[in-house]
Amino acid sequence: MGIRVDLDKCTGCGDCVQSCPFGVIEIVEGKAHISEHCTLCGTCLDVCSYGAISIETAHEAAATDDNHQGIWVFAETRNGNLKSVDYELLARGRELANTLKAELSAVCFGYQISDVEQLIAHGADKVYLIDDPALANHQEDLYLSQFTRLIKEHKPEIVIAGATALGRSFIPRVAAILKTGLTADCTDLEVDTEKRLLLQTRPTFGGNIMATIVCQAKRPQMATVRPRVFKKKAPDNERMGQIIKVDFNKEGVTSRTRLLNFVENLTERVKIEDADIIISGGRGLGKAENFHLMEELAAVMGAAVGSSRAAVDEGWIPYSHQVGQTGKTVCPRLYIACGISGAVQHLAGMQTSDTIVAINNDPNAPIFEVATYGIVGDLFEVVPLLIEKLRDNLL
Amino acid sequence: MDIIVCLKQVPGTTQVKIDPQTNTLVRQGIKNITNPFDTYALEAAIRLKEQYGGKVTAISMGPPQADEMLREAISLGADEAILLSDRAFAGADTLATSYTLARAITKIEKYDLIICGRQTIDGDTGQVGPELAEMLSLPFVAYVSKIEEINNGQMRVQRMIEEGYEVIEAPLPAVISVVKEINVPRLPSLRGITRAKSAVIPAWGAKELDADQDRVGLAGSATRVIKIFFPQRGKRAEILQGSPQSQVASLVTKLRENGLI
Repeated sequence: MGIRVDLDKCTGCGDCVQSCPFGVIEIVEGKAHISEHCTLCGTCLDVCSYGAISIETAHEAAATDDNHQGIWVFAETRNGNLKSVDYELLARGRELANTLKAELSAVCFGYQISDVEQLIAHGADKVYLIDDPALANHQEDLYLSQFTRLIKEHKPEIVIAGATALGRSFIPRVAAILKTGLTADCTDLEVDTEKRLLLQTRPTFGGNIMATIVCQAKRPQMATVRPRVFKKKAPDNERMGQIIKVDFNKEGVTSRTRLLNFVENLTERVKIEDADIIISGGRGLGKAENFHLMEELAAVMGAAVGSSRAAVDEGWIPYSHQVGQTGKTVCPRLYIACGISGAVQHLAGMQTSDTIVAINNDPNAPIFEVATYGIVGDLFEVVPLLIEKLRDNLL
Repeated sequence: MDIIVCLKQVPGTTQVKIDPQTNTLVRQGIKNITNPFDTYALEAAIRLKEQYGGKVTAISMGPPQADEMLREAISLGADEAILLSDRAFAGADTLATSYTLARAITKIEKYDLIICGRQTIDGDTGQVGPELAEMLSLPFVAYVSKIEEINNGQMRVQRMIEEGYEVIEAPLPAVISVVKEINVPRLPSLRGITRAKSAVIPAWGAKELDADQDRVGLAGSATRVIKIFFPQRGKRAEILQGSPQSQVASLVTKLRENGLI
């Protein structure tokens, strides 16, 4: 098992050293040596002109189970409302289903869920709905048992869910029970129509590297998808579809975890995930008190306040405002970054915003690489002027 | 209270830059570190031991070099450490990794709580915690930001979700994943460093774990990476010139032209 260099074929040319995204190959005594940190990604196999590198596998890709059909979207709810990520997944799911000539179904759990027919208007052919008081608190043990049961019964070939706190917590458990592959936090999904493979692309290494991943032999192919990367489509209220009400199966199902209390985060005046405009502050603000500048600008523009990880780490603003790889991914029409240098992990969470404005005193800050407009200057001078100018404009 | 902490050794990627000439990662000066999110898991375990007594065991699946990371865990306060290392484990995805960890934990036998970091900074999947819980048939709580109390075989924890936080109660044994808000990890003590030097860290391979060869490493992985590439960055910003006043004036004009204000 593992990767091998055929020392007879290896010429020590070093092409593989250059190609390795993980930097684990070196030339030792004129031959390529691959260290144990190798992830077996296979990039070096393609660049080796001498066919000297190979990855041994015990038995490659057993035949796929062809009984699996259709694409499923897990449609998350909270307090009886669908989440916007549901519509985003349906928009992409519909395109993939059309390409594969497959059926698109939504699976929706919760209690007293409103607007279920919107799932059809947004592209679902079928909706499997379990609306039951037992599911009101979104307890993951219960979600797990119901979802696994439905998948085993109906055998979809692809299952996608939002990479939300709930999705990233319970979907891996579904995959573990089904002993199938799951790709986390994808930012793009395509399909290979011939092999009926879901091509799942996601950032790794804090957004430094993109990887495309497939699940060859096991079914269903499962992925969680980062919210805000796919755009939702306008609903078609004429679309026909079928809502299938499924009973909550109580048999042998109790939740081991119990929700005692929920404390809502009240610091966010406007939720950053839903905001059209976001004003984001970073380390350049210098101290917690200076966030009031961001709030003032946000108030004038009707915007939400975001932040870089640095500002959250300093304790200047709660985590719920953090934008980036380990925070929230946002895609507003306008993103204004103030005193944010633009670390890769921050860019991963905001670079798809329609228009990006960067205000920073360092002309070499990476944020200017992704920004639409840049102001090189002192934010303590620029932001108050901007607030003033916008106030004047409103009058 | 016996606690198992799952650790992973990762490249310290915060220093990683892309060389614009070759479009590859600049590798100089990249050291291997303990996955930062796992350091909070270890600290949480040590604090629980200090409060409730018991033992902390650190485990890691990785190459032989991960031994140095496990010694660091001992210097910080872990009582024991076990390295899961075997050529057969290479190329594992989260499914194969969680299976391997689950085999080791089953072999350890005695445990009340298993703590993982929310995700690693190299893979960023956050899937090993929940998959591990399922393979051990244990309750799981993700994104724990506070362990409020452990009493009568029950834990009460706070977990972060998008809208705020939840207070959740679950019976032990259980698996949790923790976020950085949970604590500030300590530094190693001198006594700890001495202890770490002489500690015996067993290395368990597939044989010791009595693991099914088809479920570990590349063979046990359901997913494969088929392509690796670097993210496309957009065009460089249009830098607005002039005095702060005129910079702001042209910004407002541009935003208005684009219908953004």
